[in-house]
Amino acid sequence: MGSSSFFYRRLPSPLHATRAGIGAVWAIALTSAALILYQPLILCAMLLAVLGAGAGAGVGHPLLRALRTALIVAVPIVLVNVLVDRDGLTVFARVGDLGPFGQGDLTVEAVVYGGLKVALLILVTTLAGLAVDPDELLRLFRRFSFRSALTATIATRMIPLLAADAQRLAEAQRTRPGGAPGGARARVALLSAVVGGSLDRAMDVAATLEVRGFAAMRRDRRGVRERGGGGSLRRPLSRHDLAFGASAAAVLALALAGRLTGAARFDAYPQIAMPLHLGTLVLGVGLCLAILLPFADRRGIER
Amino acid sequence: MSAALLRFERVGYSYPGADRPALSDVSFELHPGEFCLLAGLSGSGKSSLLGAACGLVPHFHGGRFAGRVELAGLDTREHRPAELGTLAGALFQDPETQLVTSSVRAELSLALESRGGAGAAVARGVEEVALALGIDALLDRSTHELSGGEKQRVALGAALAGSPRLLLLDEPTSQLDPVAGDELIGLLRRLNQEWEMTIVLAEHRLERCLNAADRVIALDGGRIACDGAPRDFLRWAGEHRPALQTPGAKLFSLAGLEPAPVGVRQARAELRAHGLLPGGGAGPHLSEPAAPGPVASASPATSAPRSAARRAWPWPKRGEAPAALDLREVWHELREGPAILRGASLRLAAGETVALMGRNGAGKSTLLRHAAGLLEPTRGRVERAGRVALLLQNPGDYFVRERVVEEASRQALAAAGLEALAARHPRDLSGGERQRLALAIVTDGEPPAVLALDEPTRGMDRGAKAGLADELRARAAAGQAVIVATHDPEFAASCARRAVLLADGRVIADGPVEELLAGGWYFATETARILGGAGGALLPEQGAELLRRDSAVEAVLS
Repeated sequence: MGSSSFFYRRLPSPLHATRAGIGAVWAIALTSAALILYQPLILCAMLLAVLGAGAGAGVGHPLLRALRTALIVAVPIVLVNVLVDRDGLTVFARVGDLGPFGQGDLTVEAVVYGGLKVALLILVTTLAGLAVDPDELLRLFRRFSFRSALTATIATRMIPLLAADAQRLAEAQRTRPGGAPGGARARVALLSAVVGGSLDRAMDVAATLEVRGFAAMRRDRRGVRERGGGGSLRRPLSRHDLAFGASAAAVLALALAGRLTGAARFDAYPQIAMPLHLGTLVLGVGLCLAILLPFADRRGIER
Repeated sequence: MSAALLRFERVGYSYPGADRPALSDVSFELHPGEFCLLAGLSGSGKSSLLGAACGLVPHFHGGRFAGRVELAGLDTREHRPAELGTLAGALFQDPETQLVTSSVRAELSLALESRGGAGAAVARGVEEVALALGIDALLDRSTHELSGGEKQRVALGAALAGSPRLLLLDEPTSQLDPVAGDELIGLLRRLNQEWEMTIVLAEHRLERCLNAADRVIALDGGRIACDGAPRDFLRWAGEHRPALQTPGAKLFSLAGLEPAPVGVRQARAELRAHGLLPGGGAGPHLSEPAAPGPVASASPATSAPRSAARRAWPWPKRGEAPAALDLREVWHELREGPAILRGASLRLAAGETVALMGRNGAGKSTLLRHAAGLLEPTRGRVERAGRVALLLQNPGDYFVRERVVEEASRQALAAAGLEALAARHPRDLSGGERQRLALAIVTDGEPPAVLALDEPTRGMDRGAKAGLADELRARAAAGQAVIVATHDPEFAASCARRAVLLADGRVIADGPVEELLAGGWYFATETARILGGAGGALLPEQGAELLRRDSAVEAVLS
C-alpha cells in the first residue's frame, strides 16, 4: 500500500497538467542546472525550491520521504569522497600511510564537496517520476527507439509489480510460526525469491505486450501515425505547457549565466572559497522563482 | 455454414523440458459467433490451448509444436502473436500482469496505437470500449488505484480495444467476487449475442457460465475428451468425469432426475415439470423461493439475518465459551485514505469453521491480517487464545528456499503428505501440492488455535477444493477454529458451519451457512438457487435428499 505513493498518479496540479514531454524537459533543465552549478548556497536554494515545487504538485510527502532516502545515499558518497580524495588544505585527521592508496589525510574540503548535489538530483528525478506521465513519455519515446521503449515499458511496469511482490513475500514470511526468519541468510533468500519471481513476472508482462500487438508497431520515426491513415489529434499548447517550457529555459539560462559570470563560483580545493556577492543572491532568488512560478497559476488543472 | 474462424488440426505441444505433452492430437473448428467453454481439471491443457490459439504457443513459450492452428486463415506458425492480435484478444487470470501502463486511458490506447490507430481513431476507440464496458468513469484513474474487478474489466477493455473477432479468456473470474464474476459473464454474453464476437472461455466454476455457452470442449490430459452442447457435456461428465459436473447436474444425478440442467432456470423448469416445485404439476412440496436477500448492498439493519442481530454485540455473554479469536469493534483507517474496516466484530469459538464472504474490497483480507496480528487496529481490540496461522492468497509467496525440505519440518511435511517431494524445488510442485506445502509451513510446530485462510481456492479445480475442505473440517474437529475468506459459495457451504458477510468494512450478516447462503442471488450456492433456499439445502447431496424425500411424500399422497 505504501509503495504505491511513489508512482505516478494523475493529480490536480500545474505540473501534472503539463504535457509529459515539456514536464520531462523541465526536469532535465533542473538536473542540468544542478550539474552545472557547485555553489552550496545556490544548490540549497534549488533544493528548497524543488521541495516547494513538490508541494505545489501535491507530492510533498513522498518527496520528503525521497529526501530522507537521498540523504542516506549522500552520506556514503561524502564518506567515500573523504577517504579517496586527498585534496584540500584543512586536514582534520591523519590516518597514516594506506599503502597503495597513499597518505590517508581526511580534509574538511572533501567533506563539503559532493552530497548536496546528489540529494538534489535524486529529488528532481523523484519529482519527475511522480508528476510526469510515464505512459505519455513512453509514447513519445516509441517514435524514436522502438526497442528501448519496449524495454522501458516492461521495466516501468516491473518496478511496481516487484515492489508489490516483495511486500507480499515479506508479509508471508511474517506469518511463519515464530515470525519472519532474521539474519543475512534469510534476507538473501527473500531477495533471491523476489528476483527469481521477477523472471516469471517479466514473461507475463511481455506476453501481454505481445498479444496487444506492441511488437507489430511500425518501427520508424513516423511511428503510429503512418499506419493509421487518419488525421492525428494535435493538442494545442496549454498555459501550463508554456509556463513550464519558459521555466525550463529560464533555469538553464540562469545556470549558464551563473557559471559564465562567476556568480555561482565555488572552489572546494585547495581551500573552500565561496564568494558571496549580490550576483549570487540574485541567481539564487532567480532560480527559485523560475522553478516555483509555474505553480502559481492553477487554472485548468482539474483531474 | 460459415468458414471456421479458428481451426486446430492434430495439434500437439510440449513445453520446453516437459516430460509429457500439454496438448495431444487436438482437432476442432470454431465458427464466428460461437461461445465455447473450455472445461477440464487443473493441468488438462486449457491454458496451453488458449496460448496456441493466439500464437503465444509456440512463438513465445518455445517447446515442441506439431500440427497446425489457423486463425482466420492465418497459420500461427507463420504469424507472430502481435500480428494475430488484431484478430484475437486475450485475457488471462492475473489482472496485475495484464496492465502495462499507469493509467486506464493509456492502457486502452496502447492496444489501438500498437495496431496503427491514428490519434482521432484511438481517442474514439478508447471512448467506445470504455462506454461498452462501463469503465468510462475510470478513464483518468491510475491503474495502481483500481480494485481487482476494475483491473479485470480494464484488461478486458484493452483486449477488446482493437475489435478482435475472437476473444480468449483464461479463468477471468477466478479473482472476482460472485457479483463481479456474474457481471463479467453477462458482459461476455452481450458481446457474443449483440456483436457476434466469438468467445473461448476456460473456467473451473462451470455453473457460472455454462448457460451462456453454445458448446463445451472438455480436455483431459491434453486431449479433447468431449466436444458438444452443454447438455451433452453434462451427460458425459456425469458418466466419465463427475469432478466436472456442475452442482445443478450433480443434484439431478443424485436425485435420479434427467436430463441434467444447464443453469438454474432450466433446473427449476425441470423440477416444476416433475411436480417438485410450485407453479406446475402436483402440490408445492418445496417452498417457494425465498425472496433474495440483497445482502451485498443493504444496510446492516435490513439485511442481517436473525442470528446476525444476535451476534452484533461484540462482548462475550456470561457463560459463553471462551473465544479462540475475538475481534472487537476493529477499525483500520489508512493514514491518507479511507477506513478499510469500520468497527468489525467477530468472535470464533474453538472448533468452529467460518466462511468470510463479501465483495472485492469489503475488507476480508484486512480482517484476516488483523486476526493474525500482521496489522494493528487503529481502534478496537483483537484477542487470541493462541497462535493464529494465516495462509495468504498466493502459496508461492511462502517459498524462499531451494528445496521443499528446507521450508518446513519433516513432521509437517509428512502430515501434509509431501515427504516424497522433500528434495524437489517448491516452485516445481503442482498447484494443489503448493497449497499443501504453504499450509504445512504456516501450521508447522505447535498447532495454532486459529487457522485463517485468504481465498485458498483460487484457480483450484473441484477435486482439489474437496480435498482442502476435508482438511479444514479435520482441523476443526481437532479443536482449531477455522476462518476462510472465500468468493466461492459452494466451497463455503462444503467446509463451514457459519458464514459472515462483510460489506464496506462492517459485518452485515452473520449466521449458519444454511441461513446465509440459501436465500441470496449472489452469495448462494447453485443448489440453493435451484431449490429457492428450501430446507436450507446448499450442497447437491442435501438438495437430492430433500428432493427424494419430497418425491416419496408425493408418491404416498398420490
